[in-house]
Amino acid sequence: MKNLIRPAITLFILISLVTGLLYPLAVTGIAQIAFPEQAAGSLLKRGDEIIGSTLIGQSFSGSTYFWSRPSATSPMPYNASNSGGSNLGPTNPALIEAVNERIKNLRANHPEKEEKIPTDLVTASASGLDSHISPAAAYYQIERVAAARNTDTAIVKSLVDRSIETPQWGLLGDSRVNVLRLNLALDALEK
Amino acid sequence: MNTSLWIQIGLFLIALFAVAWPLGRYLASIFDEQLTRRFIWLDKFEYGFCRLIGTNPAEDMPWQRYATAIVLFNVIGVVVVYGLQRFQSELPLNPQSLGDVSSDSAFNTAISFVTNTNWQGYGGESTMSYLTQMLALTVQNFASAATGIAVVIALIRGFTRRNAAGIGNAWLDLSRAIFYVLLPLAFVFALVLVNQGVIQNFNAYQDVKLIEPLEYAVPKNNLDGQPLQDDHRNVITETIKTDKQTIAMGPVASQEAIKLIGTNGGGFFNANSAHPFENPTPLTNFLEMISIFLIPAALCFAFGQMVGDQRQGWTILAAMTTLFIALAAVALWSESHSNPLITQLGVDGSMGNLEGKEIRFGIISSALFATVTTAASCGAVNAMHDSFLPLGGLIPMGLMMLGEVVFGGVGAGLYGMLIFAILAVFLSGLMIGRTPEYLGKKIGVFEMKMVSIAILVVPLLVLGGTAIAVVTEVGKASIANPGAHGLSEVLYAFTSAGNNNGSAFAGLSANTSFYNILLAIAMWFGRFGVIIPVLAIAGKLAAKPKLTVTSGTLPTHGPLFVVLLISTVILIGALNYIPALALGPIAEHLQLFTR
Repeated sequence: MKNLIRPAITLFILISLVTGLLYPLAVTGIAQIAFPEQAAGSLLKRGDEIIGSTLIGQSFSGSTYFWSRPSATSPMPYNASNSGGSNLGPTNPALIEAVNERIKNLRANHPEKEEKIPTDLVTASASGLDSHISPAAAYYQIERVAAARNTDTAIVKSLVDRSIETPQWGLLGDSRVNVLRLNLALDALEK
Repeated sequence: MNTSLWIQIGLFLIALFAVAWPLGRYLASIFDEQLTRRFIWLDKFEYGFCRLIGTNPAEDMPWQRYATAIVLFNVIGVVVVYGLQRFQSELPLNPQSLGDVSSDSAFNTAISFVTNTNWQGYGGESTMSYLTQMLALTVQNFASAATGIAVVIALIRGFTRRNAAGIGNAWLDLSRAIFYVLLPLAFVFALVLVNQGVIQNFNAYQDVKLIEPLEYAVPKNNLDGQPLQDDHRNVITETIKTDKQTIAMGPVASQEAIKLIGTNGGGFFNANSAHPFENPTPLTNFLEMISIFLIPAALCFAFGQMVGDQRQGWTILAAMTTLFIALAAVALWSESHSNPLITQLGVDGSMGNLEGKEIRFGIISSALFATVTTAASCGAVNAMHDSFLPLGGLIPMGLMMLGEVVFGGVGAGLYGMLIFAILAVFLSGLMIGRTPEYLGKKIGVFEMKMVSIAILVVPLLVLGGTAIAVVTEVGKASIANPGAHGLSEVLYAFTSAGNNNGSAFAGLSANTSFYNILLAIAMWFGRFGVIIPVLAIAGKLAAKPKLTVTSGTLPTHGPLFVVLLISTVILIGALNYIPALALGPIAEHLQLFTR
């Protein structure tokens, strides 16, 4: 035991210095030079003002914007300093009640839509920060957004079509639309 | 179920084996000393390194000494991780001025990261300073993975050595695992992750101006911080308006890389690999899944190489892969269904069960990730397992209950599977009336006693812990979901802790002193209650002579042994856990689909 203590402690200190300080600092150094934008959070700017990250969703509830998915973060939705999902189980009445509320709200705001509602618009994501919705969820909202902006539906639809990100290599992940980018593109239309 | 699913599983396995094969050869060359024999300068460097840390590289430790060294190294880890959390407010690299972590939570986290469990009772971005994340948690991601590699290498030496007194030098094994394997892999992978969008900085959390201001309601508190209620006992809320979003930052990529390569699984952020800054694209998701299985698969090849018979490694790998494919298919099938309670409200169910999943991954990449992370004892999650449909949630739980041997943790998966292989040899030896032997070593009474301990200690911790939690008020108070699902939450927690996985049915409020302490006990004994018997077996086997293969020897390669091995694993798992599973996910499945 006695001649085990010294190697245990020295080895631990050495490993700590290398993997706990040197390694993250070296990765940071190289990342700052090679991929500065990604390393800083893929931030979006409008003028000098930082208005979000392309990877982090934001909450939208106004009629002129496409809405993101529901978010279960607290105290506010899309709280990017407290990520997390609802963790509601499939038979939990609280889940069904929450979904029901979202359906009512969607129906009230899309009175012309009679088809079934895309699942992602009524379910909360795992991170609470999902920046994407499915193409179906975007199509569902086109008429409302177009009407609220007094724009031709076809124009909004073509914008949505152009915003669809396809699966990586046609295989990995699902087709999706980045809501923040789409809404910024909408705002840009009017200028 | 569609073709894209099978293509993805196929692509995943092909890519995995393609990188695991060369890595396995490399691992074998490190630990059977080919590497240092070939590069004399490396040998000299190792000699100097060992002198520096105060050990003789030529020392060959008996198993007791090897085990003492491993436990001592890990106890130091617990003390340091605990200390760094308790004093983080006074230490640098804490731009958000996060406070010290409470004693029971810090204790739980220390045990959790040291045992390669990485169960998280806390939310990363709201609890841990950058220094704690790096110097406490990242270090343990390396150290605990190295511990697993060292132990399995020692066990393999038990098979390869003859009449030997020792099973290797623990210090040298740990150092080689970190500096030759884990660190280079993590370094490269971290940079790939940054390229794809994973952040790596030391900035304070970034405030951004929202495109659309946000209104939200929060409970109004009185002066004591208690929520106010109106005359009807409804909570009074106030509406707050904000045009600001605060985005958590940090040195994420460096921790993310080793979190997966070391099958640790402790997220930098609360949402773990579901967080866009930990896992931004479907490609990173694919690579993260590969890196979880990478070393566990490579170790199978290294095992075959070291025992001088590649077929032995392939056999173990075939058993693991078969179990993995079968269970992944069930998880994917389950999650591609939607929740009938939701679809009946007028929701299009064709997209599957999306509660607690990210759109960029969709059903396939989420369910596959859940299977991978629980087959290996990783525990990183890219979707919330608590919101899976009952059978979808049963698969992750079941994979852990099999003992984390389907690829399993780095090192831990292979030594766990080798324990089952010894058991399979023993059982079939009994059936056909032959002396059990594995890889030329006769399996004796002592080895079988140790095998029994290694196999039974974890179910004891899991079922005992669950039983304590569900009969005490303090245990039940943390349950978030009602009914059968509530039992599943508790069962999942102890299964995850005892098997050193670390994923959760995260609705359970586990950051209470009750769960922090009970789960820490399960994690510690679930780890070292297996490691010590495994090292004892290694020591005993190394001391034995090698038997020659005769016509009476049961071959431990080929399809027949794959079937024997799979049956043993399933039999033990089923006998231990079916009653508990029947009360949890199976009961909930029947409730949900038979109304």
